[in-house]
Amino acid sequence: MESPKQTVSLPDTVAFARASRWRAYETVIWMVAVLALLVFPRQAALWNEIAILALFAISLDLVLGYAGILTLGHAAFFGTGCYAAALFAKHAMHDPLAGLAAGMLAAAVLGFVTSFMVLRGSELTRLMVTLGVASLLYELANRFENITGGADGLQGVVMGPVLGVFQFGLDAKVAYAYSLCVLFVLFLVARLVAHSPFGYSLKAIRDNRTRATAIGIDVNRNIVVVYTLGAALAGAAGALLAQTTAFASLDVLGFERSADVMLVLVLGGTGYLYGGVIGAVIFRVVQDALSAWTPQYWQFWLGLILVTIVLIGHERMMRRWRSLLRRVARKRPAAPDAKK
Amino acid sequence: MSVRADPRAGAPALAARGLVKSFGGIAATRDVSLTLAQGARHALIGPNGAGKTTLVNLLTGVLAPSAGTIELAGVDITGEPTHWRARKGLVRTFQINQLFAPFTPLETLALVVAQRAGIGGRMLRALGRHSAIVDDAAAVLTQFHLSDVMHLPVSQLPYGKRRLLEIAIAVAAHPRVLLLDEPVAGVPAGESAEILDTLAALPADVSVLLIEHDMDLVFRFAMRISVMVDGALLVEDSADAIARDPRVKAVYLGEASRA
Repeated sequence: MESPKQTVSLPDTVAFARASRWRAYETVIWMVAVLALLVFPRQAALWNEIAILALFAISLDLVLGYAGILTLGHAAFFGTGCYAAALFAKHAMHDPLAGLAAGMLAAAVLGFVTSFMVLRGSELTRLMVTLGVASLLYELANRFENITGGADGLQGVVMGPVLGVFQFGLDAKVAYAYSLCVLFVLFLVARLVAHSPFGYSLKAIRDNRTRATAIGIDVNRNIVVVYTLGAALAGAAGALLAQTTAFASLDVLGFERSADVMLVLVLGGTGYLYGGVIGAVIFRVVQDALSAWTPQYWQFWLGLILVTIVLIGHERMMRRWRSLLRRVARKRPAAPDAKK
Repeated sequence: MSVRADPRAGAPALAARGLVKSFGGIAATRDVSLTLAQGARHALIGPNGAGKTTLVNLLTGVLAPSAGTIELAGVDITGEPTHWRARKGLVRTFQINQLFAPFTPLETLALVVAQRAGIGGRMLRALGRHSAIVDDAAAVLTQFHLSDVMHLPVSQLPYGKRRLLEIAIAVAAHPRVLLLDEPVAGVPAGESAEILDTLAALPADVSVLLIEHDMDLVFRFAMRISVMVDGALLVEDSADAIARDPRVKAVYLGEASRA
């Protein structure tokens, strides 16, 4: 055959390099997030909750969407970050960024330790193990009420101003601005990771573990790293909640929180990071609207919407949406990445 | 660039000694010894159920042997995990394609090259922006006639292209020892020529073990041939001698010529 060693002109790979570039729709999404505060400042508390939920969902997307690890106990890391940040503010320092770091560190340590439990076993085993770890923490927090405040919650959390300047107020504007900034920075980190060789290694493990191993990918090491990273981001989300509400209660470790974040990701779609953001917006807005409309039965309607989405298939809806986007963007040079 | 150890002088590329693998009471591999010289073109043949794929799984560490040792370039690797062996240059292809369905061929090979170069764990720059890696991957794509489909997800490729990619992954990993598990399985005769060309173009210092049913391909490719029957090695010899061996004819070639 013709020798490949000669200076054959290589095919054009620019599109691959461009696949990771910042796109117009991303700017739009973040602009909308900023505008939300300017246009609807009274809803700042809701926007803040959404930003926190989005960060939590992104952390789950790294673990579930990229590495393919099913978990029903992701709240363990959210709750750990939440309590760690609250306790840090109460007993150590009032500075929010230091508290954020403390929350992330505590959650990351827990993530690292428990990651070894999700290395092996089937999906069912993983579900049980992650669920078990979260319930364990919940009961621990309940039992040691001298530290956590138990069922009454952890009161008396006093937060200092962000960067020594912006004091949290009752209108939650500073809270949202702070959460949004943290969300944006950590999103950028997750985005970097997602496009990196490590991110591709994770997807390789998710899609075909046999082949991933055969090309030299150390599956266990990768899972430990991403689980720890996901835990740290979930811990950041929990820390934000504790700091912006000056409170921590047992439900941050509850099963419902693990389940909710899974729903958020199902709504928004896994494996592309913005699923967490979009899912969080839809979930909270729908939840808000439904609970205003029918306070008793809103969960019924939420359930119905979820079942419908899952049955119709997320992929199919996304395909429609993408082809619409493509038609709109026809004039721009076609980027051949079909999976964005 | 590579994480491989230097081959011990004079050691065979791959040496298996006394490999045994039992599942429950059934022995799938019975005392198999196999030596691949540097640059070998060696074929492993045998009727269905002879234990060829089990042997590949033992060599690559997917299965742990019940007894026996495996050496790669003189270094005992019997207890080492699969990914470790792959990094040391023991690379395989699969009889049934094992690909990453949502990846494009370019992404697939870029990941393989990144792993080979030891940067598979890096997080701070996009894979597509490691231009040396991408160029390497693109060169392999060109070699395997895949550049026209390199931006399509693997799930949309026709079977023949997927089969080429399966082999290309192994080649992009720069193997020292390459285990080819039925490389042309399922490929129509007209398209198998492309795959055979790429196999013929492998660097001479790569040691190849070809597991194959297609006798034409085996005799065209291999200098030495091992014949397995019922989990045990029946005979190993030069290709010419195997072609004349009456025992081999009895257990294997007779069947194949009827088929």
